Amino acid sequence: MECQVSQQQDDIVIIHVKGEVDLCTSPELRALILQYLKKSKSVLVELSAVAYIDSSGIASLVEGYQLSRQHQLTFALISVNKTVASVLKLAKLDKVFQIYPSLYDWQQHHSSSQ
Amino acid sequence: MTPPIISVENLVTYYGRHQVLKGVSLAVEQGEILVIMGGSGSGKSTLLRHLLGLHAVTSGKIEIFGKNIQTLDWREEQEFRRNIGVSFQGGALFTSMTVGENVRLPLQEHSRLDEQTIAIMSRMKLEMVDLSESEDLMPSELSGGMIKRAALARAIVMDPKLLFFDEPSAGLDPVVAAELDQMILELRDAMRMTMVVVTHDLDSAFQIADKIAVLDQGEILQIGSVEMIKQSKHPRVQALLQRQIRTTQFDPDEYLERLMSGSGRK
Repeated sequence: MECQVSQQQDDIVIIHVKGEVDLCTSPELRALILQYLKKSKSVLVELSAVAYIDSSGIASLVEGYQLSRQHQLTFALISVNKTVASVLKLAKLDKVFQIYPSLYDWQQHHSSSQ
Repeated sequence: MTPPIISVENLVTYYGRHQVLKGVSLAVEQGEILVIMGGSGSGKSTLLRHLLGLHAVTSGKIEIFGKNIQTLDWREEQEFRRNIGVSFQGGALFTSMTVGENVRLPLQEHSRLDEQTIAIMSRMKLEMVDLSESEDLMPSELSGGMIKRAALARAIVMDPKLLFFDEPSAGLDPVVAAELDQMILELRDAMRMTMVVVTHDLDSAFQIADKIAVLDQGEILQIGSVEMIKQSKHPRVQALLQRQIRTTQFDPDEYLERLMSGSGRK
């Protein structure tokens, strides 16, 4: 797994995840998510290049989402590919997370709801 | 071409003088669901135990994830155990632990994940098997079907690459059994699990199998797709599909020998 972090204006952080998220690699993703939720108002996780994600990876996303709700922050998943979408559906989380097809879609939704 | 996840070549095994498996060969590819079918005493449970590395083979070879499981060193054995999940017919839950503790145990033993991550992962698996409200119950407080589902949750909690499932639908009502079949297919599709399912439930086998191996008296009568098995002309396969009573040749001398010395089985 490789994670790259990009910062947008307005205190938005995007974590781009690539490769396999499994028992060995998911603690790194979890640490990144929790770390950026402590210092940014909005954390987006971009998942288009994920080749595999197991439930430890999904659990890291759940933790991030829960933390964001506790502190009234924004946490969303963007560009969720088919691999990730099927695991989210299996875990019955596809209706729980805020999921957007792209950063643009999230921005559109975010600006209209403000 | 990727090598098969499981490759069994000419597996022979004995219990005492009784030959239980008589040269079984099969292969299971990545993401495939193999159903092993057969009547009582056909050798299917023995075959399963061999695939789990729980019995020494008399002769033949079993390779899983490309390695001979009879010759794994300690480190390879640990890796093998991490990559497989097993849902035993009777559940095999620890009776002194709650359902939640049972499901969390493999992660606590085999991973270094944060406790909060472990708790979420195990609850997700309990949700999948519809046992979210039973996390704090003891196994003795569960019905047979609930025990089976709890055992499945524990078997998949680490997202194994290979899942062994012994009699998933035995003792379940038809609706729950059908839901479990659906979940098996979803797990395969979403998590890319390869599965070996031992069952004598025909409906379930036809629903989930990519490939069925029909085992009878220690031999694979036929192995192939659901359609191939349904259209099989093999009389013993047909007997199994049509639930016919089996007729075995009766040898009076051998029967007398068994009664007298108890060693008539060869």
